[in-house]
Amino acid sequence: MTLQEMQNQELRDELFLRSQVDVTKCYQCGKCTAGCPVAEHMDYGPRQVMRMAQMGLVEEAMKTKAIWLCATCETCSTRCPKGVEVAKVMETLRIMAKERGYIAEKNIDKFNNIYNTIVKSLGRMYEPGLIVSRNVATGHLFQDTSYGIPYLAKQKLNLVPHKPKNSEEIKSIFAKAAAMDEAERGNR
Amino acid sequence: MEYAYYPGCSLDSTGIEFNLSTKAVAKAFGIQLVEIPDWNCCGASAAHSTSHWLGLSLPARNLAIAEAAGLDVAIPCAACYARSKRAEVEVCKSEETRAKIEEIIGRPYKGESKARALLDIFHRDLGVYTDKNALKKPLAGLKVVTYYGCLMVRPVDTGFDDPEDPISLDEIMTALGAEVVPWGFKTECCGASLTACRPEVGFPMTEKILDAAKKSGADCIVTACPMCMANLDMRQDQIGKAKNVHYDLPVYYFTELLGVALNMNNKELGIPRHFVPAEALVNKIGQAKTTEGGEA
Repeated sequence: MTLQEMQNQELRDELFLRSQVDVTKCYQCGKCTAGCPVAEHMDYGPRQVMRMAQMGLVEEAMKTKAIWLCATCETCSTRCPKGVEVAKVMETLRIMAKERGYIAEKNIDKFNNIYNTIVKSLGRMYEPGLIVSRNVATGHLFQDTSYGIPYLAKQKLNLVPHKPKNSEEIKSIFAKAAAMDEAERGNR
Repeated sequence: MEYAYYPGCSLDSTGIEFNLSTKAVAKAFGIQLVEIPDWNCCGASAAHSTSHWLGLSLPARNLAIAEAAGLDVAIPCAACYARSKRAEVEVCKSEETRAKIEEIIGRPYKGESKARALLDIFHRDLGVYTDKNALKKPLAGLKVVTYYGCLMVRPVDTGFDDPEDPISLDEIMTALGAEVVPWGFKTECCGASLTACRPEVGFPMTEKILDAAKKSGADCIVTACPMCMANLDMRQDQIGKAKNVHYDLPVYYFTELLGVALNMNNKELGIPRHFVPAEALVNKIGQAKTTEGGEA
């Protein structure tokens, strides 16, 4: 076994440990890609990502745009004739990719980061903060701002953020969950 | 009947109509919804994209609070429901997972408090379709397509309805007197937050659903998800303008139409707050009924 093969094997083991999905069950019928509503925008369809995982090309799979574009609608998992949870594999690959700094879709990653930061500090989503921060982060300053006034007029926007009663509890959940993920991460 | 109520973040702001109509209709049906004190965001969809354990633990905290009060949780939002259900299922499936989650949230959660979709509660527990007497204003003449969205009927192994061809919302609408128009997009994903962070990908997804709804000949779309509502309602004008189409398709939460059938006023249900004007269509319902009555 070459060193490269050993490394591939290690990543495939980690993917299995963290997703609890046996990718070898997949027989490449392509039903996942056929039903995927985002497949046409992906660089590799879900079936191809599954094939990469099977072949031990987890490193390559982590570098695809596909794992970020997946909307987690779970149509693939629903339809898989072998009961393989494809969406779970996509999600786990996304988590593993982020941990290693492979971010093929920057704006989606930024959106996730802002979202998590807000929830961590407030316990809940604060939509005006999400939109403004996203626009600053992506450089699209005026994206969706035309909806701001109608939202206010319809009293559909809560401008005052939620004040959590137990913000330490939420912060502790974030910290402990991160530690739990860390423990499952492979040696790098 | 009493439930712990988990409104979720959207229902506090952009999805406020869902909150208003849920509370009004639940009260009319005698369902007690007690809001979970100091509930937190379920994390959909950023938390589970970043951390496996965060994605399970955030909703687990809400479930744990409800469990301490001995209640199941009623959840209107499809995404919050799917995330919470996932946490409940994983806890019930594995002792090890349960122990880890309890450690993270610092509370006991045995998986006894169940995550219940509000749609499921109205459909199964109440048997709305058998109680014709309650309907003061049947939705006669209203043609609807039912749009469940992708997450309402997932995860599959514990779902309350068929993941490919769900019928709970259809049965509620039929019971209310509406005509349910068949179409192929009941559970197709609307693109969710992709419309916000990757518009080139997200917009065509919403567009396909609007096109199919229009082609079906329905007057409106009925949904049970605030994310779907935001995409189909708020972005409808923008998507239509880009291709010079005027969809004119009001989108309703199923709870709003339940309220209309109970003859509640539009304002109480939040209907005037939609982006696509939604009052005229439901105001016509009573009149259509009168005309029909006259003809008969």
